[in-house]
Amino acid sequence: MAGEGNKGKYEFLYHIADAKFRAYGSTMEEAFENAALAMFNVMINTENLKPVEVREIETTSSDIKMLLADWLSELLYLFEVDGIVFCEFKIGRIEKTGEGFSLTGKAWGEPIDLSRHSFDTQVKAVTLHELEVQEKDDGGFWVQVVVDT
Amino acid sequence: MPEQIKDAASILTKVNDYTWDIPMSYKPGMRVPGRIFVSQKLLGSLEHDTLEQTANVATLPGIQKYAMAMPDAHSGYGFPIGGVAAFDRNTGIISPGGVGYDINCGVRIIRTNLTADEVRPGMKELIELLFHEIPSGVGSKSKLRASDKELTDALLHGAKWAVESGYGVKEDIEHCEENGFMKMADPSKVSEKARSRGKPQFGTLGSGNHFLEVQYVDEVYDEEVAKVFGLHKGQVTVMIHCGSRGAGHQICDDYLKVLDKATRKYGIVLPDRQLACAPAESTEGQDYFKAMAAGANYAWANRQVITHWVREAFTRFFRRDMDDLGMNLIYDVAHNVAKLEEHVIDGEKKMVYVHRKGATRAFPPEHPDVPEVYRKVGQPVLIPGSMGTPSFVLHGTQTAMELTFGSACHGSGRVSSRAAAKREFYGETIQKELAARGISVRATHPSIIAEEAPGVYKPSEEVVDVVHQLGIARKVVKLMPMGVAKG
Repeated sequence: MAGEGNKGKYEFLYHIADAKFRAYGSTMEEAFENAALAMFNVMINTENLKPVEVREIETTSSDIKMLLADWLSELLYLFEVDGIVFCEFKIGRIEKTGEGFSLTGKAWGEPIDLSRHSFDTQVKAVTLHELEVQEKDDGGFWVQVVVDT
Repeated sequence: MPEQIKDAASILTKVNDYTWDIPMSYKPGMRVPGRIFVSQKLLGSLEHDTLEQTANVATLPGIQKYAMAMPDAHSGYGFPIGGVAAFDRNTGIISPGGVGYDINCGVRIIRTNLTADEVRPGMKELIELLFHEIPSGVGSKSKLRASDKELTDALLHGAKWAVESGYGVKEDIEHCEENGFMKMADPSKVSEKARSRGKPQFGTLGSGNHFLEVQYVDEVYDEEVAKVFGLHKGQVTVMIHCGSRGAGHQICDDYLKVLDKATRKYGIVLPDRQLACAPAESTEGQDYFKAMAAGANYAWANRQVITHWVREAFTRFFRRDMDDLGMNLIYDVAHNVAKLEEHVIDGEKKMVYVHRKGATRAFPPEHPDVPEVYRKVGQPVLIPGSMGTPSFVLHGTQTAMELTFGSACHGSGRVSSRAAAKREFYGETIQKELAARGISVRATHPSIIAEEAPGVYKPSEEVVDVVHQLGIARKVVKLMPMGVAKG
């Protein structure tokens, strides 16, 4: 797991077989963005990547934790199917809707090029195990995710 | 570091030297006790989370006898890895959390007529060839350009589709668990997303702990059974360890969400959301089961296609034809799957959904699901070691039917995280150390080797010895690695 320059945005916690991390932000949107950054840094150091391709993500989920899981799962899906490794993320606004919560976001990255990109083990999926979205006492948010590797 | 159990004796009740129970008083809502099969020594490396997750499984509706953890158990998400649980068909549940994302992750072993001495001099070149012929690693693309129809056929008919499409021989299917495909599979229950992830990865090994290994029979424990399996000392074998790739991951992901809603609909209270489930025979439960079966079939087709490429590579490399090389499939097992099986519980025959998450089916002699050629000795139980450590072939026993719903362990079990492994080990150093022991490793790059260093796993011998001593499977041969290719 790489990304030394991302100090303060997220940290990895101990998990024996998979990867577990917490991500932080002054807003919930920022915490979600940093969770995405942490997830891609499980696989590759994103600092050397350039934001040359963009994808838009729209998702609606039953509750806020599921929204986090769905946001990250959608990015994994695009990573595998469109072959883009993402390094920058922006979420417009997380909103409460009739059905639950929704977000629209963007992710930037570059097409996978195995001659330049050196991947560690792949993140297979975002689990619901110990999934957390929390507001801090001093304002700001933290989220926690366990991904299957 | 993982939080290990400081005073296991204060939580666990010792049943015998290899069996420890988690009493129902451990956690509110437990319907049955937990049961962990480990030696005193392995108990020392058991994490607190493994206990916790085993106890969580014990709270699920319709669970029979015990929530079990095999000797290689370690913490996962939802079920522990190495978890086995059976649920009554009528009163129980089915859960993707009890199968995992990599549906039908499994292992197969192919025998050869080659000896270790014949293969050793060219090992480095052979493993290089296999590494190139069988795509692996993140972002690798398959040589197989499957059409939509072919993908549907693979989801329906698994290894049978592969053999009928020219990737193998009829005997291969007979030597797979379930004959290489689960009949209840329904591709219409598989989402477009799962198909689009699965399609380009069909015919790839994947990453993580998946590998392709050239091995030799180092020790024979049971000459008679080894002979039935077609194995003898000094002989070279090939092991393939992989699963259902993105197709399986997406099927699990899709149905976790369906079953998360179903959990609320049916009023099931869960200690961990990853255990999302539905009554086994409900629409939601059966939809998952049919999609899971399709994912399992994809994995069997995948291992079959890879087998074909391995055979082609050997034929070219040794300039000998397939018959001459004798590259028959010994067996293929699934170690992440749920099955509807008949078991005797409290003296009564019952249909149960057995969930094996990181556990291998181990059926006894005379069981109708064991291929006829092995019927007298029981199912071959294939236990892969980690990189650089031995793998084992065992055979199934009646004891497993009585103790573990016909199940045994699936590997050696991690004791250290990937991140810790990369801090502790250098891939290049591990590669050199293994080379000095006569093991050629070829990976996409060195950190992959560090992540899977032998030191991050429990010694495979210890895990397999517990299985053997308990009698839930009995050792037949030990296989030592000679060459490893991994993504």
